[in-house]
Amino acid sequence: MKIKYDRDLCQGHNRCYLLAPELFDVDDDGYAVLLVDGEVPADLQEKANLAADNCPEYAITLVE
Amino acid sequence: MANDSQVSDWKTDFDHTVADWAQNAPEIWAEFREECPVAHTDRFGGCWFPATHEDISEIAHDTEHFTSRSVIVNDWGPMGEAPVGGAPPITSDPPFHQMARKILLPAFGPKAVAQLEPTTRDVCRELIADLLESAADNEGRADAATGYAQHIPVRIIAKMLGLPESDGDTFRGFIHRIMETPGQAEVAEDDILLDTYLERTVGDRRENPGGSDLISYLLDLEMEGEPLTDNHIGGTIALLIIAGIDTTWSAIGASLWHLAQNPEDLRRLRSEPDLMPFAVEEFLRFYAPVTMARSVSHDITFKDAEMKADDWVLLPFPSANRDEDAFSAADEFLIDRKQNRHAAFGLGIHRCLGSNLARMELRIALEEWVKAIDTMELQSSDPDAVRWSTGQVRGPRELPLIISGSMEQNP
Repeated sequence: MKIKYDRDLCQGHNRCYLLAPELFDVDDDGYAVLLVDGEVPADLQEKANLAADNCPEYAITLVE
Repeated sequence: MANDSQVSDWKTDFDHTVADWAQNAPEIWAEFREECPVAHTDRFGGCWFPATHEDISEIAHDTEHFTSRSVIVNDWGPMGEAPVGGAPPITSDPPFHQMARKILLPAFGPKAVAQLEPTTRDVCRELIADLLESAADNEGRADAATGYAQHIPVRIIAKMLGLPESDGDTFRGFIHRIMETPGQAEVAEDDILLDTYLERTVGDRRENPGGSDLISYLLDLEMEGEPLTDNHIGGTIALLIIAGIDTTWSAIGASLWHLAQNPEDLRRLRSEPDLMPFAVEEFLRFYAPVTMARSVSHDITFKDAEMKADDWVLLPFPSANRDEDAFSAADEFLIDRKQNRHAAFGLGIHRCLGSNLARMELRIALEEWVKAIDTMELQSSDPDAVRWSTGQVRGPRELPLIISGSMEQNP
């Protein structure tokens, strides 16, 4: 599983950072910063799902 | 739908500023989503009400046809000049909006807001202790809206702005006049007007610079190499006072209203603390307090609606949050909902600047409440015993409960 994050869609709701801080940080302006490059570790896949399923702007998608 | 105001049919003549609307809003939105879905009224000089998630999202993302220069529907039509508006950045359009917002974002990020958590916890504990003490002398009776929810955001925003807590009543006066009854409330002779208050506050702070509060921060800010104008600073302070208070107080109050009627949810929050982050978002979805407004920039046909320049358009995010096409079991409150793209903080570029602050205040208010309160129920089964605010921010303004509990496990 890989994460695709679209910075242009992100409005800084910070839901991903709250649900999956291992996968997302926030910058000084509150926009998400994706922390993983490539495969999501198996033990973080549930959190990746949560991050994607709770983004109000559909800025996060998962690619199997 | 039965109502005792002068509204003949909500779908063609709605008025979101009357008590009947506020008491029955979720049912009215459901009817609109089903039957309209873009309702209209000739009141306020003409106002549209898109009710589905899809339509609300589309308009919220379309800053070309819909301007934010005026975001509170009133009888005089949109005021304020695009692209700045009267209270930047909420009343601003691109490209000015982005600059005015960017300078404020760092103060409201999740990490900055986390620093206010201990203070918020202290405030909540102090309020609960007082409430329990007065309830003990009154057969358990307590008002969770006027005795708890409304004080939390007032005290936190006063602290952030470096203003005295005792100005809270003044803030609530602004909110009542501007938000609940725009243009209708009588102004008493000794009421302080918002403009006067802002002028005095900014003047005071210019004479006593160097504080670590948000107003001092605004005075030091530059945008494109220039200090902010007094109008810009005053407008932004007005925004922080008005947008940061009744919204959060409504969300806290509505959440407590829910818990008073759903003891199983109260029990789960107490015994399963890991639920809290999901519960907070579900409270925000189900009881989203805020409806924003835009006005039409130039004539446009939106779906079948012939919208004219300067028509108002409400963006009822609470209705979007109850749309079955956007949420499974949308009309059910599920305290452990795991998929929840709610729009309580808006959609598009105007996402609530204070969302992290509001979310933190709601979470701490609930955490401290469920720790200390053992039982809670509504004082009366009459739905009208709980008064919901009118206008674009909806929440219980009176919430009479019977409570029991103790601060013992909560030193």
